[in-house]
Amino acid sequence: MLRVSMTINGKQATKEVEPRTLLVQFLREHLGLTGTHVGCDTSQCGACVVHVNGNSVKSCTLLAAQADGAEITTIEGLAQNGEMHPVQAAFREHHGLQCGFCTPGMVMSAVDLLKKNASPSETEIREWLEGNICRCTGYHNIVKAIQAAANEMRG
Amino acid sequence: MAETGIGASVRRKEDPRFLTGRGRYVDDINRPGQLHAYFLRSPVAHARLTSIDTSAAEQAPGVVAVFTGQDMAADNVGSLPCGWVVTDRHGEPHKAPPHYPLARDKVRYVGDHIAMVVAETRAQARDAVDLIDVDYEELPAIVDVRDAMTGSLVHDEAPSNLCFDWELGDQAAVNEAMGQAAHVVELDLVNNRLIPNAMEPRAAIGDYDPGTEAYTVYSTSQNPHLLRLILCAFVLNLPETKVRVIAPDVGGGFGSKIFAYAEETCCTWAAKKVGRPVKWTAGRDEAFVSDAHGRDHFTNVKLALDQEGKFLALKVDTTANLGAYLSSFSTCVPTYLYATLLAGQYATPAIYANVKGVFTTTAPVDAYRGAGRPEATYLIERIVEVAARKLGMDPAELRRKNFIQPDQFPYQTPVALTYDTGNYEPSLDLALQMIDYQGFAARRAESERRGKLRGIGFSAYIEACGIAPSAVVGALGAGVGLWESAQVRFNATGTVSVMTGAHSHGQGHETTFAQLVSEKLGIPYENVEVVHGDTGAIPMGMGTYGSRSLAVGGSAIVRACDKIVEKGRKIAAHLLEASVDDVEFKEGKFTVVGTDRSKTMAEVAFTAYVPHNYPEGVEPGLDETAFYDPLNFTYPAGVHIAEVEVDPDTGITTIMDWVAVDDFGRVLNPMIVEGQVHGGIAQGVGQALLENCVYDKESGQLITGSYMDYTMPRADDLPPFRVGMTTTECTHNPLGVKGCGEAGAIAAPPALINAITDAIGTEIDMPATPEKVWRVCQAQFVQAAE
Repeated sequence: MLRVSMTINGKQATKEVEPRTLLVQFLREHLGLTGTHVGCDTSQCGACVVHVNGNSVKSCTLLAAQADGAEITTIEGLAQNGEMHPVQAAFREHHGLQCGFCTPGMVMSAVDLLKKNASPSETEIREWLEGNICRCTGYHNIVKAIQAAANEMRG
Repeated sequence: MAETGIGASVRRKEDPRFLTGRGRYVDDINRPGQLHAYFLRSPVAHARLTSIDTSAAEQAPGVVAVFTGQDMAADNVGSLPCGWVVTDRHGEPHKAPPHYPLARDKVRYVGDHIAMVVAETRAQARDAVDLIDVDYEELPAIVDVRDAMTGSLVHDEAPSNLCFDWELGDQAAVNEAMGQAAHVVELDLVNNRLIPNAMEPRAAIGDYDPGTEAYTVYSTSQNPHLLRLILCAFVLNLPETKVRVIAPDVGGGFGSKIFAYAEETCCTWAAKKVGRPVKWTAGRDEAFVSDAHGRDHFTNVKLALDQEGKFLALKVDTTANLGAYLSSFSTCVPTYLYATLLAGQYATPAIYANVKGVFTTTAPVDAYRGAGRPEATYLIERIVEVAARKLGMDPAELRRKNFIQPDQFPYQTPVALTYDTGNYEPSLDLALQMIDYQGFAARRAESERRGKLRGIGFSAYIEACGIAPSAVVGALGAGVGLWESAQVRFNATGTVSVMTGAHSHGQGHETTFAQLVSEKLGIPYENVEVVHGDTGAIPMGMGTYGSRSLAVGGSAIVRACDKIVEKGRKIAAHLLEASVDDVEFKEGKFTVVGTDRSKTMAEVAFTAYVPHNYPEGVEPGLDETAFYDPLNFTYPAGVHIAEVEVDPDTGITTIMDWVAVDDFGRVLNPMIVEGQVHGGIAQGVGQALLENCVYDKESGQLITGSYMDYTMPRADDLPPFRVGMTTTECTHNPLGVKGCGEAGAIAAPPALINAITDAIGTEIDMPATPEKVWRVCQAQFVQAAE
């Protein structure tokens, strides 16, 4: 067993885990943070995207041990003081989600995009989302939501 | 009320939980003391099981039990049934070989279930599966529908691997028309096999309470009541009173979560055997090999036309792959959900279809978004396009010439269905206008200057939704009725709980149904809570598929609301000291006609639960249940136009524009409906351009078993979509609605392939991958050079 310790959504967590434990398993099974989903376990679908030290990362592809000491933000930690993040709010406003399963990864990925590029073009948004698969929406409204959130965040 | 009532794009009630990570999917649920299951799946396509040695696995760390087909046989566990009996052209029922949850003598596809390991952790169960020693006596694989009837036998019960040889329509009339026609055009078409790939992998938990002898099953199901019925009545032989099925938030289905599968059956059965809850969650690798696949037809189609381009007859000869076993509704998909749609939007007087359903050593094939209707639409819209090219006619005008006219409704097709209503020209006209059809020639010339090939493709689709009138489907072989139920319950303080048998796995029922009830009962939208996905909370249900939720489930809700109002009038009349006949209900108020004396719905509801001053002979409470059995299918229809640019040097197709004009009848929430259209088109584009399930012909191995190999449509593969609507209201349900969930997936593939073939000037089968398109373009260059 290994002892891993990280800060998740501002709270410190330390657990003994099997060495093969993935970050997503650590979040879901050890901490009960089930908002982060597993859609493929091969780094393709992006349902498991979280932020590790401020960057979007597929948590099914990182061992918990590799994230030892890191600052993690999950979908549960995005809203502040009961207020949804502008990306979350825009997904709702523009119907950027249907079944909700890919949504946490989509939102976490989009938040990282807007941090790195405050005014992405439609093409840049679509290319960024290459690593997040949605089977429900056809991406049309996801792209619209991210554009709207970008506008909102630029003020 | 207008902002939240019928017709308003109300933002969804379910979104805040999904957006903040508080959705509750099956894999998010854990039961105290729970164990984990992992399945040993066949690594070979076809083999006799000569021995299975589980002793090493049983000794592995954390392992509690290992079960095989023999253990289930000893417990008299039954076969997973197919719920629809198709009677073939010789009057014989289809061949129905058994489908045991764990294989008993043979394995018949890669991924077939051999054994189940139950252990303390999923990792331990998975590790132990590798210790099971199986001897396989391998048999030849058969994967292609065209080889099935001459291949090695999948089931001894089905000679030539033929499950049924079925027909519909008037063969003699069609042959006669073909013989006399000015033109007959013919096409061979592959409708490629697809893997549904809902983003949430299937999962199940079986939980047994020895005190009450009752089971709770958590399942990623589109229809929990039907799953309960199948588990109880057919497989595990349990009373329905002792099984509760909960399908909580479900992450997409597209048909693949309708069916009763081996895994939830095994978890339920094993929970009692080991005395602890048993959980299984599929990996994506398991989803690829074991979720029911879709489509997989090979078809020859002939269309006869007269000198002026009027359609005279359509003849269809299809072989449909059913896979290794019959999944729950597999037999009705390539028959009654397919050939009955072959009239399309056209007044073709004679139609005949022959469909052979065959077994192969591949995963079971069943309903996938559209289910039979995309296959029908694909062949109609392809052959019509080919006919237009052959006759030198404008493809839009050839369609227009043959449309069923508004004064012909109700229209009896030659293939059993009666379309209640429709008006096809306005959709075509609006689509032509939106795409700027007039300007296409100039756009094509502009593309040509850049060395690109531009094409335009049409698809005028129809579908039969709102599945389905029970008496009709019963006469055709369905083992179930296809009504829906609803319970609308006022609580004493004026809030309303709506229990529906429909199940939402992305469709937004919690929102749309609340809009409906809010408007019908004149109460605030916020006061309505929709409950679905729990057989313990909902009276009955048939679930969600076939774009039926609103047309059938919504109609049941309307009927229950009507009963609430009817009872409310009696209570209000008593309170208002008026005759019941003089009380009318409007916008949430019961009013004595011609006066200003009224009681609100909330006051009446409160009185029903605190009946201190109450009419004699009326029961307390305000809680009504209704079942709705539709009178007919509904017939959404529309026109999609795709415009593409093909780069002949790379074979890459770029979608330049997409216009969808649909007639869904009345629309309750346009935002949600447009979202359904977008998603449907994306899956249709996936089929036409990217997705293809491939099994190796020799070994029967699934080649496309991961997202590295099976090309899911991603954001940068798709364009934005432009959506328009026309409306003819359904004539036979109380809402006038038709259903919208499958339209895009039905309409899109022929629109796209028609556009690509228009661009490259030659036929191509789906999926039109860059490699395939490039080869075609290169061959043309070579031919031109010679």
